[in-house]
Amino acid sequence: MADTIILEVERFHPESDTEPSYQSFEVPLRDDWMVLDALNHIKDQLDGSLAFRWSCRMGICGSCGMMINGVPMLTCETQLINFAPGPLRVGPLAHFPVIKDLVVEMDDFMAKLQKVKPWIVRKDDFQPEREFIQKPAQMETYHQFSLCINCTLCYAACPVSGLDSNFIGPAAIALAHRYNLDSRDQGIEDRLDIVSQHEGIWDCTVVGECSTVCPKGVDPSLAIQQYKLTATKEWFKSFLLPRGKN
Amino acid sequence: MVQVVPVAEGKELTAMPQYSTYQPKPYKPRMSAYWYLDQWHYLRYAMRESSSFFVAYFAVITLIGIAALDTGPTAYAHFQALMRSPAIIILNALALAFILLHAVTWFLLVPRVALRQFLGKPTPDIIASAPNFMVWFGASVIVALFILRII
Repeated sequence: MADTIILEVERFHPESDTEPSYQSFEVPLRDDWMVLDALNHIKDQLDGSLAFRWSCRMGICGSCGMMINGVPMLTCETQLINFAPGPLRVGPLAHFPVIKDLVVEMDDFMAKLQKVKPWIVRKDDFQPEREFIQKPAQMETYHQFSLCINCTLCYAACPVSGLDSNFIGPAAIALAHRYNLDSRDQGIEDRLDIVSQHEGIWDCTVVGECSTVCPKGVDPSLAIQQYKLTATKEWFKSFLLPRGKN
Repeated sequence: MVQVVPVAEGKELTAMPQYSTYQPKPYKPRMSAYWYLDQWHYLRYAMRESSSFFVAYFAVITLIGIAALDTGPTAYAHFQALMRSPAIIILNALALAFILLHAVTWFLLVPRVALRQFLGKPTPDIIASAPNFMVWFGASVIVALFILRII
């Protein structure tokens, strides 16, 4: 087996380029290296101008997501040796504006995330003297959705996100669902107003790739389909019992 | 590595550094019109979605057949002759394949929206899908027996 591998890295300089191009780098093929290690090797040894994000190196921070051979992955969890003999292509996450090289702009995602109120909303003035009690079975209902690390791989995998920039998207809806399912939360109606719009759950056509690429085992596609069921039930309730609320 | 900034070269340091107000615009990628050919998963999705056209085609063909049957023997004979033409046979075979894909993928999606809990335990996907496949199989057997004039 060869002791090196070629990485074709997407480069884009916002001040001089109008569109990205690929640059090839030959890096050592070590069986204990992740793709992120190869990128750090390039930055340290070959070209210091390469821009990319990374932090924890253990699949927690969610900042090193990139397209590897067209598939969104966390580079810190993806072994280089799996792509031997190469070459492998590394690009910025699809469907996001590219700031430089492999760094994408996430402002739009952050705004969408904030819209769905991904925190515990209380409608009463309840001031607990101790922590909220929650049974293991109650926690189990939302636990998998709470594992989201906001890496946005699901947005890069979702063709609907690419085609319709207004789509709220998989992670934001999964997190909205996570808080709806939480027994301590009372914000379901607030979120439903945002998420049950056309750009919310109804934009999803069940491609299912968001769930496939999630590095934390979250199933955003399931969250969206379950949310559709909740929204339909709420619509029927408001249609049949228009004065049912309050 | 020594970094040299050309505009700062030869100038004295000031207390208030001058920053550029120029903000480079990010590159906004556009999706290819053929994005569904990029990955097998996307192609499979595109095939699943386009199978609806074949479902509609089959419904129209069935309605035309029923209308011909209602009009009279001559009209129905014309319809049968049309159905025997090689182009229609190929089209119908293609439609059958896509309708099967449509049915199978539709039933496999049932667990995404079906009741997730049964008797307090999470429902395995196959349990949620199985009744649909069983009803489909049962209905197909009854129709086959009827067509073969066994019942």
